[in-house]
Amino acid sequence: MKFTLHIWRQKDTTSKGSFETYKMEDVSEHMSLLEMIDVLNEQLISEGKEPIAFDHDCREGICGACSMTINGRPHGNMKGTTTCQLHMRMFKDGDELWIEPFRARAFPVIKDLVVDRSALDRIIAAGGYVTVNTGAAQDANSIPVPKESADLAMDAAQCIGCGACVASCPNGAAMLFTAAKIMQLALLPQGQPERKKRAIAMIEQMDKEGFGACRNYYECEANCPKNISVRFISRMNIEFLSAATAKSM
Amino acid sequence: MKLDSKIPSGPIQEKWDKHRFEMKLINAANKRKYKIIVVGTGLAGSSAAASFSELGYNVEVFTYHDTPRRAHSIAAQGGINAAKNYRNDGDSIWRLFYDTVKGGDFRAREANVYRLAQVSNNIIDQCVAQGVPFAREYGGLLDNRSFGGAQVSRTFYARGQTGQQLLLGAYQALMKEVQNGNVKIHTRKEMMDIVVIDGVCRGIVTRDLITGKIESFVGDAVCLATGGYANIFFLSTNAIACNVTATFRAYKKGAGFANPCFTQIHPTCIPVSGDHQSKLTLMSESLRNDGRIWVPKKKDDRRPPNEIPEDERDYYLERKYPSFGNLSPRDISSRAAKEVCDEGRGVSATGYGVYLDFADAIKRLGRQKIEERYGNLFEMYERITGDDPYKTPMMIYPAAHYTMGGLWVDYNLMSTIPGLHVLGEANFSDHGANRLGASALMQGLADGYFIIPYTIGDYLAKAKLEKVTDKHPEFRKAEEDVRNKIHKLLSIKGKRTPTSFHKQFGKLMWEDVGMARSAESLKHALEEIPKIREEFWNNLNVPGEDASLNIALERACRVADFLEFAELLAWDALEREESCGAHFRVEYQYEDGEAKRNDEKFCHVAVWEYNGDGNKPIRHQEELTFENVPLQVRSYK
Ligand SMILES: Cc1cc2nc3c(=O)[nH]c(=O)nc-3n(C[C@H](O)[C@H](O)[C@H](O)COP(=O)(O)OP(=O)(O)OC[C@H]3O[C@@H](n4cnc5c(N)ncnc54)[C@H](O)[C@@H]3O)c2cc1C
Repeated sequence: MKFTLHIWRQKDTTSKGSFETYKMEDVSEHMSLLEMIDVLNEQLISEGKEPIAFDHDCREGICGACSMTINGRPHGNMKGTTTCQLHMRMFKDGDELWIEPFRARAFPVIKDLVVDRSALDRIIAAGGYVTVNTGAAQDANSIPVPKESADLAMDAAQCIGCGACVASCPNGAAMLFTAAKIMQLALLPQGQPERKKRAIAMIEQMDKEGFGACRNYYECEANCPKNISVRFISRMNIEFLSAATAKSM
Repeated sequence: MKLDSKIPSGPIQEKWDKHRFEMKLINAANKRKYKIIVVGTGLAGSSAAASFSELGYNVEVFTYHDTPRRAHSIAAQGGINAAKNYRNDGDSIWRLFYDTVKGGDFRAREANVYRLAQVSNNIIDQCVAQGVPFAREYGGLLDNRSFGGAQVSRTFYARGQTGQQLLLGAYQALMKEVQNGNVKIHTRKEMMDIVVIDGVCRGIVTRDLITGKIESFVGDAVCLATGGYANIFFLSTNAIACNVTATFRAYKKGAGFANPCFTQIHPTCIPVSGDHQSKLTLMSESLRNDGRIWVPKKKDDRRPPNEIPEDERDYYLERKYPSFGNLSPRDISSRAAKEVCDEGRGVSATGYGVYLDFADAIKRLGRQKIEERYGNLFEMYERITGDDPYKTPMMIYPAAHYTMGGLWVDYNLMSTIPGLHVLGEANFSDHGANRLGASALMQGLADGYFIIPYTIGDYLAKAKLEKVTDKHPEFRKAEEDVRNKIHKLLSIKGKRTPTSFHKQFGKLMWEDVGMARSAESLKHALEEIPKIREEFWNNLNVPGEDASLNIALERACRVADFLEFAELLAWDALEREESCGAHFRVEYQYEDGEAKRNDEKFCHVAVWEYNGDGNKPIRHQEELTFENVPLQVRSYK
């Protein structure tokens, strides 16, 4: 297969970036998109040029490292799929691909396709956990959890922290990411004692980091590689309201 | 090199309790005067760092990822073992201990394994309390599944994303401590060396992957939780960045490296599709609960699987190992697959694949049940191969997956360098010559949550540590060495890329030092590796500069260490003249092809001591004794 790639190159955070064009020939349909970029990078290095920097690691869609926007969509066009899981057979021979980093105010570009997503860590640090020290737990089966709640909590917990929700939101909101964690823990008995405090602290941190507000575009759900539902956002809003009301009383 | 395993005396059931009582404690108020450096934020590193901080220590954590949550532990799919016996199927701490010792083919330390089985139950409690959404039954209690090498159902899981959920639990515990102010996390910083002063490990030297800055960090103790080295084979199920640098650098500074040749090949991976392949994808072993493995009886049978009638199929695992069948341990299943493919009965385009068939299970349980159990795995398979496993059998083949070998540690998880502790896959401790499924997650969290927080206190309480700063000449020298190495890599300006070297020796290692090894193949590898290394240092091309994000340079640094380490691995495999667990020497097998252990000569841990570049390292032995699980031929028939 043949492809024309327009890839965003940017030296560092402060430099201005631009697209560069690369022609790829003899691409195997079994290659993943990242493997095609590997091949390109090998060529570039052989020519003494700097390879394209991009984040990636597990290449199985679970570590959340890859952060490419392909033809305008974070992680490309396939629903429920990360960049590293895109295979060339999913594209048409001769396609032109525009590849750029996740774009968001809260995610500065570090180099080429690599962005800084540490703001997401700070949202978790603000309260995305259950405060239980090592050794303090009781027997795991002492609190039954209805299967439905556990399953729903797991639906939310699947978030891989890639930030595609932010990059796809016209406002750069991190609502889906934040809601997924707040709701995972709110759905489980273990998360109850800190439920209100957590919701307020995480949402406040989210606002501080410069993420935008939710305007119900639902682009986040459409581009989430783990298909996390926007219903978690509605539930988070209720959580927040009830927590904020309780706080003011 | 002195190898004192420090195993406490007394009956095995009482050793850990007794040891915990005898260890010295540090007064709560004094703990904050100590700084502990943790390298790695996988299950082992994150759980240790969070637990240290909860106890009151000062902690600095390092990872080359952009966030702790991306550590390779995130990719574990299948599950985590514990001896809860919630199924009432006869499980117990003793049975988990027994299975693990036997599964490891009698090359692990009994006392360590017993302790692992003991704390396994606390791990599940801890994780549930953190909000890890394990799978549950309708009554609201925890569900279990079976894994290879066990006849009981003791594996806890969270869909096909158990590693992810456990790691997020540990990561969140860590972030809670960041918020509390005791932990500082350094992301995108790669440890390049450890620093040893007067024989004691006092810190590390790192390279900032964004700015290229080389820095030193001083601590009272250092923990390496840097994972395994299966990427020595280039193609493996490990994440692309996994590498041996941290443990290998420690080895070069005097830490003994134990059993480097114990590398595990996983039987259920998606077969290689072409030269461009950058990694192999594991299909969780849990699939073997319901999938049946087969190949055609006839050689070169090219018919599509659904056209091959039942009586022309060879369900070879069920045939050869009737009591464990498709759930036989990994080493046995992998070799059996290689065998049928070598006979010309393999499937897939390359002839190196076997079927994993769910047709019977779908008939028996219905598609919905199978979807519930393995939905995301089936999806992943289809995405990669373009085939739908609900309709046609999966094709699988073994791939390098896990490394039982690692830095030698004593019962306290301390290496031969005082102050340097090693956790998780990076150490050699518990799995002997073969790890059972769902036991790595257990070990990583056991080390991090429930063992090192105790033993490090004892070390710190007894160690008499002088105050040092990063101005100390040993820190200066370690930094200088790192700078020189980087400068050298950048200045070769040859023709070949770092990855091309990695591919080249990875293939060599897979062929000569992989699933089946012989004196001949190992000697061949030992001749070839130095040649590749020689070319590497003369014909490498690393474009760009040091003072910025440079992915070619990162790769080159890792490949350089792999290239030295490869030789150590081959030596170890050559000198272990027996077959045991995952280490299969073709010269040592029974007539039916089963591994032939030699307990008289090799019932020991081989520990390698660095002896200068160009010299063969020195091989030491820690003898193993089996008082509780008597030495026996490991049979799964
Ligand atoms: C695909 C797959 C599936 C698996 N499934 C299972 C399963 O179902 N059950 C099971 O029990 N086990 C499973 N395993 C094995 C298990 O996942 C690993 O053995 C375990 O997670 C290792 O954890 P760790 O904490 O030791 O290391 P890792 O999770 O590998 O973490 C290593 C850490 O060290 C850091 N690091 C490494 N070197 C450096 C350096 N030089 N400088 C700075 N940081 C460094 C990395 O950034 C990372 O944070 C699986 C493994 C794979 C590959």
